[in-house]
Amino acid sequence: MKRFIGFIKKEFFHIFRDRRSLFILFGMPIAQILLFGFAITNEINNVDIAILDHSKDATTKEIINKISASKYFTIKQMVVREADIASVFKKGQVKAVLNFEKDFSKNLIKDNKATVQIITDATDPNIANTISNYVNAILQKYQKELNKDITIAYQIIPETRMVYNPELKSVYMFVPGVMTIILMLVSAMMTSISITREKELGTMEILLVSPIKPFQVIIGKVFPYIFLSIINAVVIVMLSIFIFNMPVQGSLFLLGIESVLFIISALALGILISTISETQQTAMMISLMGLMLPVILLSGFIFPISSMPEPLQIISHIIPAKWFIIIIKGIMLKGVGIQFIWKETLILLVMTVFFIGLSVKKYKIRLE
Amino acid sequence: MNNNKVIQVEGLTKMFGDFTAVDAITFDVEKGEIFGFLGANGAGKTTAMKMLIGISKPTSGRATVAGFDVFTNTEDIKKNIGYMSQKFALYDDLTVKENITFFGGIYGLSRKKIKEKSDTLIEELGLKKVANTLVGALPLGWKQKLSFSVSLIHDPKIVFLDEPTGGVDPITRRQFWEMIYKAANQGTTVFVTTHYMDEAEYCDRVSIMVNGKIEALDTPKKLKEQFEAANMNDVFLKLARG
Repeated sequence: MKRFIGFIKKEFFHIFRDRRSLFILFGMPIAQILLFGFAITNEINNVDIAILDHSKDATTKEIINKISASKYFTIKQMVVREADIASVFKKGQVKAVLNFEKDFSKNLIKDNKATVQIITDATDPNIANTISNYVNAILQKYQKELNKDITIAYQIIPETRMVYNPELKSVYMFVPGVMTIILMLVSAMMTSISITREKELGTMEILLVSPIKPFQVIIGKVFPYIFLSIINAVVIVMLSIFIFNMPVQGSLFLLGIESVLFIISALALGILISTISETQQTAMMISLMGLMLPVILLSGFIFPISSMPEPLQIISHIIPAKWFIIIIKGIMLKGVGIQFIWKETLILLVMTVFFIGLSVKKYKIRLE
Repeated sequence: MNNNKVIQVEGLTKMFGDFTAVDAITFDVEKGEIFGFLGANGAGKTTAMKMLIGISKPTSGRATVAGFDVFTNTEDIKKNIGYMSQKFALYDDLTVKENITFFGGIYGLSRKKIKEKSDTLIEELGLKKVANTLVGALPLGWKQKLSFSVSLIHDPKIVFLDEPTGGVDPITRRQFWEMIYKAANQGTTVFVTTHYMDEAEYCDRVSIMVNGKIEALDTPKKLKEQFEAANMNDVFLKLARG
């Protein structure tokens, strides 16, 4: 036990004296959460738009007022001629132009129908889509107000309700993903690098010749990272609660247990990587390519798994991160208990046991 | 068993697939002896040594180190030997003191003992001023000497040195060999591999490996007579050329 404590102490010296690992350990999680939370977002705010109003009557004025009053849009300029629309877009000054037809008010009263064209800059399709949805919503609302007194029979009004994330805040989607990435990065990449570093420097050989047992070496190397990963998980959850006001609906205890399970599976992967790579660089490349990319692309963090082609969907099943994201989304956003996520937890557990078994076997082979 | 023989090797063999890296070597090393283990690169020195220090399983043959069997008792062997590899293998990002404490710790020394050892060691090596300096900042020669002292921290019966003086200046090499002599005088057996043939002259006995076999084994003086050579370098060249 005393040997073990000495070993762990040494490991912490390594970590705290290396600025690079300190940055990856503590700078990265905070930077990522803040980046994803503030900068990378699907929400639109204060989008610049232009208006081409051919009628300039009471109704269009009212609509324009409503649009400019919303926090989503800023009316940047009024376009006078149809021909100017293209140039406005080309200059990149606005993301959308609203084109009200002639005699808007009159048409509305006469035919019960008036047209406004929403032209969006679709170089960024997501934003274009969102803009048109938002404008539509504002128009619908206005229409409802107009029709308040008139009863129309057989009207279908779809009422959408977004549950679990009613404001559609993208930070809700990113926090679980970022947490997964960070835990993977810290646990798998950092451990694999720190183990291969000992190999590269030749100290691993010295350790193997000493009476300390190989599994003690591995546990000693891994232990600090379990500890640091847990701290990271706590920091991420705190940031999301206090900075982004994202509530954790479910049990924090369950969240903690599941996180530790995922951390251990990532650590086992890290050990596995360290057994097959001789240098720190190889370990890093394998971790980045073999672990980080799948986590980012195939875990459902950014791209929904259900809309992937079949083969990729199958591959996504073997990625531990996918299951972890399902689990923590459930706990954080839906507030579910273990009875709803036991299946995912079991899968993760089986994977973890498998990775540990494999890395122990690999490690032994290497010693022969 | 003769108690004076701390290493006894008989027909020790290591095969990697069809390739015989170490081919039935047989030799003894006596207590307090400085035993030079020579050979060209790829002759099988390192493989042989790895079997003796318990990190590689022999294919066949018999060997005991410090009285323990290399097949069954590697754990006991590890407690009784020190090892210094050709790569400088202390932690650069730990201070001199922390390195000593760490290695003392993994050999299971008590805190008091570690403190004692670390004080004498730092004193002897004249490292007092840099005791709390990161090892990475020290010159190579100092590191090498520190590394050797650390490998002796648990007073092992035998210390294995794998090309300990690679890349070190002649003065440091000289000092290094003085340290080896001192350790041998105190009863530690020294098993050393080296490239430098002048260093072979410092050894009590020398074995020369060629293609996995030990082709010569005797005192440097007798080897020179046997091969009618002026120095060990010539002995080695004659042997290596076959």
